[in-house]
Amino acid sequence: MLHIAALSKRFEDTAGVRHLALDGIDLAVREHEIVALVGTSGCGKSTLLRLVSGLERPSGGAVRLQGRAVTRPTPEVGMVFQEPRLMPWLNVRENARLAVLDLPRDVQDRRIAEALEKVGLSAFAAALPRQLSGGMAQRAAIARALVRRPKVLLLDEPFSALDSFTRQGLQDHLAALWDDARFTLLLVTHDVEEAVVLADRIVVMRGHPGHVHECIDIDLPRPRRRCLPDVQALKERVIQALDLS
Amino acid sequence: MIAAAIARRPRAGGGERTAPAVRLPRWRWRGIVLPLGLLAVWQGLAVTGAFPAHLVPSPAAVVGELTWLWRRGELLGHIGATTWRVAMGFGAGTVAAALLGALTGYSRTARAYLDPTLQALKAVPSLAWVPLFILWFGIFEASKIALIAVGVFFPVYLNLMAGILQTDRRLVEVGRICGLSRLDMVRRVLVPAALPGFFTGLRAGLALGWMFVIAAELMGASRGLGFLMLDGQMTGRPAIIVGALVLFAAAGKISDAAITAVAGRVLAWQDGFGASQETA
Repeated sequence: MLHIAALSKRFEDTAGVRHLALDGIDLAVREHEIVALVGTSGCGKSTLLRLVSGLERPSGGAVRLQGRAVTRPTPEVGMVFQEPRLMPWLNVRENARLAVLDLPRDVQDRRIAEALEKVGLSAFAAALPRQLSGGMAQRAAIARALVRRPKVLLLDEPFSALDSFTRQGLQDHLAALWDDARFTLLLVTHDVEEAVVLADRIVVMRGHPGHVHECIDIDLPRPRRRCLPDVQALKERVIQALDLS
Repeated sequence: MIAAAIARRPRAGGGERTAPAVRLPRWRWRGIVLPLGLLAVWQGLAVTGAFPAHLVPSPAAVVGELTWLWRRGELLGHIGATTWRVAMGFGAGTVAAALLGALTGYSRTARAYLDPTLQALKAVPSLAWVPLFILWFGIFEASKIALIAVGVFFPVYLNLMAGILQTDRRLVEVGRICGLSRLDMVRRVLVPAALPGFFTGLRAGLALGWMFVIAAELMGASRGLGFLMLDGQMTGRPAIIVGALVLFAAAGKISDAAITAVAGRVLAWQDGFGASQETA
C-alpha cells in the first residue's frame, strides 16, 4: 500500500548550514494497518509524516502510494495536524467542505453531514471555530479529513494538545472510526499508551539524524483496555526502545 | 467607534451570548461626551468675549452661517461635490490597490517585478503629483480625483499585500492537503485571511482621501467644502471656515463608521481583545 524506501530529508537552516533530519527510512505499511510512529522530540517523525503527505519533497529516496511516487498532496491521503487548523472565518460545515470542493454540491453536503455525524458534531455544523472547545475543534479537523474518504489517514500528534479525558475519548472514537472505514492509518505520537492501544505496529524512531530504530508488532485483540497487563508490558518495552535515559 | 461597530456585529451560530446588544448604547454615547463638553466651553468663551468674534466665531454663529447657506441651497451642492470626488477617488484607488495588492501578495514573481517600483512611488509625497496631474488631466474634476486616488492607493495596497503575506502558513498547508485549486486557495484562504489588513488599509486610505480632497479643492475649485473654506478666508468669514471643518469631521466620521460597520459584519469570525471587552 504505502512504501517508503531509503527516504532522507535535508533542511538548510537560516545560516545556510545543512541538517539531515531523516536518513535511510525504509517502511512498508499494509492496507488497513495502523502504524504508530513514536520517538523523542526532534527525531524526525513529523517530517516523515509531512513527506508521506506530499507537503514536503524528499531529498533522497521515495514515498510510493500504491506504486505511484508521492510528490504533492493527493486526495487519497488525508491529514490531521497537532492543532485543528480550522479556517477561523468558516463554520464547521464549510471547513469540512474545503476537502471536497471538486465533488458535486449534493455529494458534498451528504459527505459532510455523514462525517459530522460520525465525529458527533452534527449540532455544531454552523458554529465558528472560536466557539468550539479544543476537543470539538480537533473532531472537526478529523471530519474534514474524513469527508474525502482517504485511503490513508495521517495524524500528527492529533490529541497531544488535549486534556487526558478528552484525549482518551478521542482515541476510542478514532478506533471506532477506523473500525468503520478501515483507512490505513499512520499516527505520530509521543504518547506511548496511545500507540499501544491503537496501533498494529509501533515504529520506534531515534534522532540525529532521524532513523527507524525498532519495529514492535502489537498482536492484542481490540478494543484494548488501558489497564490490561499486556498493554502495560508493551508500554514498558516501547519506553525501553526509546532509550529515554 | 470601533467598539460600537464590533459590538453591533452579529453572533453566528451558538448564540450563547445575546445580552451585549442591550448594553451597547452605554458605550456608544460616551464618545459624544467630549465633543459636547468642548462645544459648551467654546460657546461659553465666545459669549464672554474671550476671543475676538471676527477670528473665532461662536458655535451659534457657525450654525447660523451653515443654515443660511443651506437655505440658499448652496450647502448641499458643496457637500455633494466634495463627497463625489472622495467617492470616485476612493473607488478608483481601492480597485487599483486591490488588484495590484492581490497580485503582489499572491505571486512572488509579480512582487519581484512590481513592488520595488510601487514602493519607490510611495516615497513621492502625494501632493507632488499635483502639477503633473493638472498638466495631464486639466484643472477640473479628473485631476482632483486622480490625486485622491493616489492618496487612497498606497495604504490599501500595502495593507492588502501584507495581509496576504502574513497568512498563517499552517492554514495554507491545510488548503494544499485539501487539494484546493489556485482560485479556491485565493478565495477561501488568502483573501479572508487578508481581509482584516485590507479593512485597515481602507480606513487609512479613506482618511487620506478626505485629506487630499481639501488639498485639491484649495488649489482651485468652484464648488466643494474646500472651496467654501477658501471663500470664507477671502471674504473674512471665519464661521464658514469652521462650519466647513465641522462638516469635514462629520463626513469623515460617517464614512469611516460605514466601513467599520461593514468590517464588523465581514470579520465577525475574529476572536480579538476588543470583542472580549464588549461581551465581558
